Amino acid sequence: MYEFLRDLDRRVIFSLMALAVAVPILLQFTPPEKATPIVRDAFETIEALDEGDRVYMAFDFDPASAGELQPMATAFVRHACEKKLKIYFTALWPVGPQFIKNAERDVISRDFPDMVYGEDFVDLGFKTGNEGVIKLVSNDLRTQYPQDARGTPIDDIPMMESVASIRDFDVIMNVSAGYPGTKEWVQYAVASAPDDVKLVAGCTGVQAPLLYPYYPQQLSGLLAAIKGAAEYESLLLGKYGRENEPGIYQEGLRRMAPQLSGHILMVGLIFVGNLVYFMARKRGEA
Amino acid sequence: MTHAARRGNATFGVLLVLIGVAIAILNAVALRPGAGTQWTQRTEHVHTLEDGTEVRWTEHEAVSVKEGREMAAADQDAAPLLSRTLGLWGAAILTLCIFSFLLGDNPLYKAAEAIVVGASAAYWMVIGFWETMVPNLIAGLFPEWTRSNFMPRLSEDASVDFLLLIPLALSVLLLLRLAPKIGWISRWPTAFIIGVFCGLRFISSLEADFLSQIGPTIKPLIVIGENGFDLESSFSNIVLVLGTLACLVYFFFSVEHKGAIGKVARSGIWMLMITFGAAFGYTVMGRIALLAGRFEFLFDDWLWLIDPKDAHPAQAFLQTIAPMLM
Repeated sequence: MYEFLRDLDRRVIFSLMALAVAVPILLQFTPPEKATPIVRDAFETIEALDEGDRVYMAFDFDPASAGELQPMATAFVRHACEKKLKIYFTALWPVGPQFIKNAERDVISRDFPDMVYGEDFVDLGFKTGNEGVIKLVSNDLRTQYPQDARGTPIDDIPMMESVASIRDFDVIMNVSAGYPGTKEWVQYAVASAPDDVKLVAGCTGVQAPLLYPYYPQQLSGLLAAIKGAAEYESLLLGKYGRENEPGIYQEGLRRMAPQLSGHILMVGLIFVGNLVYFMARKRGEA
Repeated sequence: MTHAARRGNATFGVLLVLIGVAIAILNAVALRPGAGTQWTQRTEHVHTLEDGTEVRWTEHEAVSVKEGREMAAADQDAAPLLSRTLGLWGAAILTLCIFSFLLGDNPLYKAAEAIVVGASAAYWMVIGFWETMVPNLIAGLFPEWTRSNFMPRLSEDASVDFLLLIPLALSVLLLLRLAPKIGWISRWPTAFIIGVFCGLRFISSLEADFLSQIGPTIKPLIVIGENGFDLESSFSNIVLVLGTLACLVYFFFSVEHKGAIGKVARSGIWMLMITFGAAFGYTVMGRIALLAGRFEFLFDDWLWLIDPKDAHPAQAFLQTIAPMLM
């Protein structure tokens, strides 16, 4: 047994992981989720807004992290639409605009067709400059975004009236895959006006440990990795769920079953790895 | 691993990808006809220019296969689109090619990797030109020309901004790096960029990551809530305060880590190890989520084995039998 485990081919481990992830997806098993306080706070921050309040929705991610972050982006947009908030989409990552278009197509056009472009939501598009952009919009948004992604001057967009800087938004909702992302929004937007700017964010698992210290003073709520997305979706379903809920709103929940089986396998592998190590040490091989 | 074994693995990886594609083709032709097709709704647009010329174009809005077939039945202009179907099949095949690296480096993986790098570089270049150079530089220096050629909605009031000559000059200096003899000049714009970002980062890091972090670390060790003693919050605060102090002591190298200081520093290491463990756990979670995302794409959009988004015309086979298995 010891020799078998010691010489275990890595392809066996890959295959086991593939099975652990694929089987729950194929069986469409969805475990129940209960929201943790940090996710509940993000949800309640949006819930506390009134109809017509402004949210600045920054999609700072790319296809490489869409598996983790797309469910959060969809949930954020849906929540803002359900609350009838005014949504201002932006992106600091060059492929962010594609996800803004996806949100427009899959959530707004499909389930909230009454929302009007320019009055209820606007796409300000991608802007290069990383944290420089955040720094500038914290003081003067109009100079940084003279026109929207469709080329319309912002003076001609009704919902841009009386928007001067980031302080005119009730909440910033950021979906972040790295740099520039949530950390920079905290450092440049929240730090510039801690009493005026509220930030809720969704981030990748890799970023989560770096962002936890900002909660709750600098970050009103955080959706950490796919687990955070699933918890947020469960809160949304509890509040706004309807019969025959579209599958797009349960993407995070669906991904929790593969997480469960994948993590059980991972824990088992770490245990077996340690066991082999100590056995090897006992035999004087390590 | 010997050269022969590596070569065997590479061949095996290529073979598996080819078998996967063959199965998908069989699935789309015989088992689930139409699997992997992409439907769009067509909308014709006509725009008349000032000189009377008509410009026509067709917009394709992606719809699910189920919606597309319903639209087609209702005489709306919806149909499968070959280019997007090829795109979906390309994405699926490239996913398999990347997966094949787990068996060893092989030509299909190398091709997929080169396509990703090339496409990313090209995308960045195009975005950089249209989103940065044109609106931020060219429109500022040549507003009339930009309006008539690139940005018809550029404000009529836009005037030439000569200050933009400074970043233009710095950009040119930066490119001198490509000329070995005068490459040293590129250090000036580099110094400018570093100086600006140091200034920006210094203030923001000090404010957000140091000053603002002090307050949340000063917590009551015994929390009395509305219902009396709050055990959970008290425990949480004690761990936070003691953990922070222990970690700070570990990084305090002016005193030798012996005796009581040594024990506190050692507990600081434990705190750091627990943090790294949590970070590793989150990383695993992230990677599994990405893998699950790719699998769902393959099983749902490409093979139609599952239908979580209710997008396919017939209920997926595994969705029918799943309740019986659970």
